[in-house]
Amino acid sequence: MRLLANLQVQRTGFEVTAEFEVRSGSTLAIMGPSGAGKSTIVNAIAGTQKIAGGRIELDGTILADSQRHLAPHLRGVGLLGQEPHLFPHLDAARNIAFGAHASGLAKAQALATAHEWLARLGLEELAAQRPAALSGGQRQRIALARALAARPKLLLIDEPFASLDVEAAMDMRALVREELTRTSTSAIVISHSAADTLALADQLLVLERGKIVDSGSVHEVFATPVNRFMRAVVATLPANPPGEQP
Amino acid sequence: MASDTGLRVPAFTLAPAVLGVALLILPLLALLGRASWSTLWADATSEQALAALWLSLRTGVAATALCVVLGVPLALVIARSGPKIAQLLRALIAVPLVLPPMVGGVALLFLFGRTSPIGQLIDELWGITLPFSTAAVVIAQSFVALPFLVLSVEGSLRAAGTGYEQAAATLGAGRWMVLSRITLPLAAPGLVAGVILCFARAIGEFGATALFAGNAPGVTQTMPLAIYTAFNGAGAGRDTAVALSLLLLGTAVLVLLCVRAWRPGAIK
Repeated sequence: MRLLANLQVQRTGFEVTAEFEVRSGSTLAIMGPSGAGKSTIVNAIAGTQKIAGGRIELDGTILADSQRHLAPHLRGVGLLGQEPHLFPHLDAARNIAFGAHASGLAKAQALATAHEWLARLGLEELAAQRPAALSGGQRQRIALARALAARPKLLLIDEPFASLDVEAAMDMRALVREELTRTSTSAIVISHSAADTLALADQLLVLERGKIVDSGSVHEVFATPVNRFMRAVVATLPANPPGEQP
Repeated sequence: MASDTGLRVPAFTLAPAVLGVALLILPLLALLGRASWSTLWADATSEQALAALWLSLRTGVAATALCVVLGVPLALVIARSGPKIAQLLRALIAVPLVLPPMVGGVALLFLFGRTSPIGQLIDELWGITLPFSTAAVVIAQSFVALPFLVLSVEGSLRAAGTGYEQAAATLGAGRWMVLSRITLPLAAPGLVAGVILCFARAIGEFGATALFAGNAPGVTQTMPLAIYTAFNGAGAGRDTAVALSLLLLGTAVLVLLCVRAWRPGAIK
């Protein structure tokens, strides 16, 4: 897997321009203040937002350039957002099976895969529950399983921990890291939290008003915070973070 | 529930509220009071009454089916259009709601009449004259009932938003799979409510049907037209009109009960 992105997206008031690369098995974090254009980049890669110029290329396939726009379902790019968007009319198992079936598995096989995922996450007893009966943390776990059951080449993770309580966020972060490693899935993570970035990413981009203002390995970027936002992020880190250091 | 939340309405609103209920309920009670119970069954099951009921049910079902076929795609287009186009389409669709049905009937007659270009085309292609046929009943009913279905389904689609559809697409689901497995199931509560309202409006239709389809027993005389005819003393007495009215009222109440029964079961 190799993602090459060099994109321009028009936003009201400013343009988001970014050039970066995500290599196989690695995770890139994008940080920046609200409105910096982080979600715009993720949406452009997912295909839910058109780009004005540049090119996004995944494993040699052009996902988008100024003329072409490959439909989201043909991109092989998964999305785990702040809202899990579990389908309310399907139970937990069928939500996960939807991902597996949509990516090409036969229905019966997809349902079997869903039950394997539920077993691995220790959520088997929730298989027949609809999303409304699940807690926020459980929903995000099912959403992660659903996204990975679709076997994306690249998973986009847009602040999925933001709406969870501290404990649930910590568990979810550990689970995401474990599953990304186990399934060798590359990812792009958007977060405001230094803990998320340290736990999940090896590379980091800092975005400010649509422009990349710093990039490099997470430790390099954290060592010399480039702006006020990054100084505030780094200041939230404990001197010796318990169990959070990658 | 008012006392539970501590919100109470001022006392002076009670009198108009009670009058409002009376305005809605008393005429129906008067209808029940006027019914001739000894002959009710015979009146309601007379040949003409049953022919009208059967025609109403057939045309009502056909009009509802036509509204679903045309209305669901229309609701999808409105729900996924930009705000300006959606507003324009919604305003256009609401026209039959505010238009007197008689005007609708005249308009349909001008559009499909034998002397109109479309009427002539239909005549040339299939040898059919639409006005004063059973098909005209279905068209008139669809004209007045379609907005109920479209607005109900569109509201449901808009409430569901596009988040679930985008989630399905990023999982690899193509447009057809998203529509059949996500969009339509999510719109199901609105679709069911819309179908029930649409059917109720269709079988109650009078004005547009009278002008565009006429009042031929067995062909275009639906229940409301049979009630009107019976009430005017043409061929039957007022007792028959009352019996037919009660039959239609019973159907309407049944439809309302169906709506109420459905609502709590809406997708959780």
